[in-house]
Amino acid sequence: MVNISETPAKALSARVVEPTLFDLSSPGRTGVTFPEPDVPCEDLPAGLLRKDLPLPELAEVDVIRHYMHLSTFNYSVDGGFYPLGSCTMKYNPKINEDTCRLPGFLYTHPLQPIETVQGNLALMYQLQEWLKEISGFAAVTLQPAAGAHGEFTGVLIMRAYHNSRGDLKRTKMLIPDSAHGTNPASAGIQGLQIVQIPSDPRGNVDLEALKAACDDTVLGMMLTNPNTLGLFDEHIEEVIRIVHESGGLMYGDGANLNALLGIVQPGVVGFDVMHFNLHKTFSVPHGGGGPGCGPVGVAAHLADFLPAPLVGIVEEGDDETPPLFGFITPAKSIGRMKAFHGHFGGGMVRAYTYIAMHGAEGLKDIAQYAVLNANYLLARLRSTYHVPFDRICMHEFVAEGRFEGSDVRALDIAKRLMDYKFHPPTNYFPLIVHEALMIEPTETENKDTLDLFADALIKIAAEARTQPELLHNAPSTTQFGRMDEVKAARELVLCCWLPEDYARYA
Amino acid sequence: MNAPANLKYTKSDEWFDPASGAMGLSDYAQSQLSDIVFLEIVVDVGDTIQAGTAIASVESVKASAETYAAAGGKVVAVNKALMEKPETLNSDPYGAGWMVKLEGGEPGDVMDAAAYEKYCAERAH
Amino acid sequence: MTYIPISPRERDAMLETIGVKTLDDLFKDVPARHRFPSLHLPPALTEMEAATELADVSANNENVRSDLISFLGAGAYNHYIPSVVDHVLRRGEFYTAYTPYQPEISQGTLQGIFEYQSLVAALTGMDVSNASHYDGATAAAEAVNMAVAQFRGKRKKLVIAPTVHPQYRAVIRTYTQGMDLQVVGDDPRTDLEAGPSDLASLVDDQTMLVIVQYPDFFGRVYDYTDLIAKAHARGSLVCVVANPTALALFKTPGEMDADIVVGDGQPLGIPMWFGGPSLGFFTTKKAYVHKMAGRLVGETVDARGQRAYVLTLTAREQHIKRERATSNICTNEGLLALAAAVYLSVLGKTGLQQVATLCYQKAHYAARQLSKISGMGLCFTDPFFHEFALCLGRPAEEVNAHLLEHGILGGYDLGQDYPSLKDHLLIAVTEMNTREEIDALVEVLSEVDHG
Repeated sequence: MVNISETPAKALSARVVEPTLFDLSSPGRTGVTFPEPDVPCEDLPAGLLRKDLPLPELAEVDVIRHYMHLSTFNYSVDGGFYPLGSCTMKYNPKINEDTCRLPGFLYTHPLQPIETVQGNLALMYQLQEWLKEISGFAAVTLQPAAGAHGEFTGVLIMRAYHNSRGDLKRTKMLIPDSAHGTNPASAGIQGLQIVQIPSDPRGNVDLEALKAACDDTVLGMMLTNPNTLGLFDEHIEEVIRIVHESGGLMYGDGANLNALLGIVQPGVVGFDVMHFNLHKTFSVPHGGGGPGCGPVGVAAHLADFLPAPLVGIVEEGDDETPPLFGFITPAKSIGRMKAFHGHFGGGMVRAYTYIAMHGAEGLKDIAQYAVLNANYLLARLRSTYHVPFDRICMHEFVAEGRFEGSDVRALDIAKRLMDYKFHPPTNYFPLIVHEALMIEPTETENKDTLDLFADALIKIAAEARTQPELLHNAPSTTQFGRMDEVKAARELVLCCWLPEDYARYA
Repeated sequence: MNAPANLKYTKSDEWFDPASGAMGLSDYAQSQLSDIVFLEIVVDVGDTIQAGTAIASVESVKASAETYAAAGGKVVAVNKALMEKPETLNSDPYGAGWMVKLEGGEPGDVMDAAAYEKYCAERAH
Repeated sequence: MTYIPISPRERDAMLETIGVKTLDDLFKDVPARHRFPSLHLPPALTEMEAATELADVSANNENVRSDLISFLGAGAYNHYIPSVVDHVLRRGEFYTAYTPYQPEISQGTLQGIFEYQSLVAALTGMDVSNASHYDGATAAAEAVNMAVAQFRGKRKKLVIAPTVHPQYRAVIRTYTQGMDLQVVGDDPRTDLEAGPSDLASLVDDQTMLVIVQYPDFFGRVYDYTDLIAKAHARGSLVCVVANPTALALFKTPGEMDADIVVGDGQPLGIPMWFGGPSLGFFTTKKAYVHKMAGRLVGETVDARGQRAYVLTLTAREQHIKRERATSNICTNEGLLALAAAVYLSVLGKTGLQQVATLCYQKAHYAARQLSKISGMGLCFTDPFFHEFALCLGRPAEEVNAHLLEHGILGGYDLGQDYPSLKDHLLIAVTEMNTREEIDALVEVLSEVDHG
């Protein structure tokens, strides 16, 4: 077997906590194997073959032990409180994990004849309808893979709309200074000019600045509401009116929709386009970075531009036969955003299950308790941490992680929270708050947890004054300490391999 | 922070040496960016550029920035070696950290070292 | 309230701390006329009811494990997924974690991605892999963005082989609309017999990227070494869209000197799931790493001298570079990258070679048997992997309908995308297809001929 002390010197420069799959590999070991061919075999085309396949060789138990070890290094929602602002780290119901793995979902091919996948298509159709109802939009596509992909889709639709009217001079996208980075990136990759709109002292869009930026070159505005300060814009209808009067379209970033379920329908307020994050609002797990699911809703005047295909009824049903669901292509579609139909199994089935189990009242409960929890934490913390835009918040709020006369930073507070067994809030975002700590508790935390978290933050504030080194050196009780990020970026070791003398162990 | 008196500076933190025609990123800028890990100079020898033209893109461990020309003129040299060792921007911003050299460089909206030091001090708060 | 762990008494205490009387009082910033709409949704189901309803919906599909025998591929493949894969994915420590922005408490995810990157680099023969894109099609579109960035917009021509998956070509067209690019080669009416050398004639000094598929959409395996050398001679980059299972057997695109290798990771332990989610893998040469989109995990050490991993070169990404970023990608396919890594590690070198060999041999057996049917034949003579175009001599739609009556999901109707290939099916065969199934396909198709 491969002994760590025998692997190349590179690995010895640091203490190895868990060897990689490649470190663990031993020539000749096998894991899952397959049956011998049951058909007559022919020779493989010699000139086209690869010389070597340098993949690890491990038994199944080696693999399971490895991943079990790795799993113990992770903080997770199942393991504890995860108040990561703008990420909506709510509990992921376990029933969703079962429903999305039902065989009719797992083992259907995306190109099967529609008659053989009526279950899938009915589910997608129903989910489109539910998302329309929840958001107040006229049409919904389920195709985008994630929030940023939905933004990209939305901006393509907005541009296609203006182009279809022969209005080709609109090249500016208005984006508040509090926006997620994906907003300017989604517009920037399409060559649009980004005009940053400042926030006013109450955290709303600055109306005067907005008016000054609005003219007939504005393609639209991308607005997150509630915004990344966790605040519902007090002049939302005025903002939308100003943008519409300039001929621009209003894009809603639905990242914070958790606060609005059953509270207000963005489409009814006047937004023209919005993406949903099924992996935030509708309990699709984040999976350590994905997959997400980013459907897009549009008002009636944009429905023809949605990406193709959508799910529709291709033959009406009657009392005896259900309708036949199939795919339809909108008249002026921007095209296809990804291969096949979107994140069906991992995204749509879970979200469908979740909405079906909530109904209208249950969805409103989600928003109300998410907002209750955020305001409760805000009330407990505002005398200890400065909150620059301090009013009733929605599902999250932003405090400053710094203290007068102390060199402690938001990062130190974040790391110290790990010693108290909490995941830190988002820090250094939004950019308009110095040393931001962005806290989103979600509705799935109880009062005891919130109190323990508030107590920890209050205690850390005291430590920052009396023992700042505790914060500077944090975390100290976790399995890993702070990382040398400069080394990672300068040396750029981005993968590992089998040792050069691997064959020696055979 | 360090701002040699013989150089001119922009509000976007570039320096220009009227004597040699060289330009680069100021000491203040490199300290704000911290550890620089990537540099791409986007103009070539022979290009004629205006003051304010983007000449380089810089990425550090935590931040990214565009570098704009502090002066206009014809590009006569590009520091290709710097792209291989972008950390030089941290260690020697006014020396080996030069990015491009211009011939007949006409400074854009620049200030002298004293004014630039004052400008940086104001931003530190 | 199954998932809201707050009692009425606790709620009231919290409202008091906040200083408001009711939950509704928290929403006064919302315009009154739009506040609290009544949503028309069905009444909430309990878990028991939801389980039954979803089981019913699922059962209203015909699936390829218990209802149908499948020879359908065209970008999504029915492979066996070892049990281990889902046992790992079901660990809450993995699937309920966020993107690993706090590396001290995310080393499980980070090392998992680092190993995924390593496995994919080994499979493709490339230097570096990112942490994934949404799928193969969007990864290919991101390759175009990378090429645009590499040439800083100075080169405007994109050459795409007509034998790249039609939906991938469609996605690239969507992504690049408004980018003022000249796209050539992407014409399904061209001579499909033409090999890679014909594509080389389209490459000129304005070409930024050439995209080919390996095996191509018709399953054919070409050595692209010459094409790549010719493209390089013109200064162009080359992106190969690869099937990962095929890479267990065939020469790697890395060995052919490809600059970018992308593809869909679905064959690597991810269920077909009616088309998603899967994952897009993206690999390149080290020289282009700063231009690559997406998250990237690098090795480092922590403050205690332990080997550890972090997200690195993050200044390339949207959350820092904002409107100057070359891609807006944020959420990727993290958990499915883990699935692919578990799959590749538990199959390892031996298992993956077995799967690929089984695919190859069974597909070739099927091709031999099918071409014996009078009036039918293989469309192309080039070497192929596990898919091939079969000429039917009659409308593909009709043939597929007949197959379906016999419980067989036929191939992909190529006439949908290629006018010259109407009456052709693209047949896919994997390790899941038994000889009996293949023989059944041959038998039913023979009946078609006689009928």
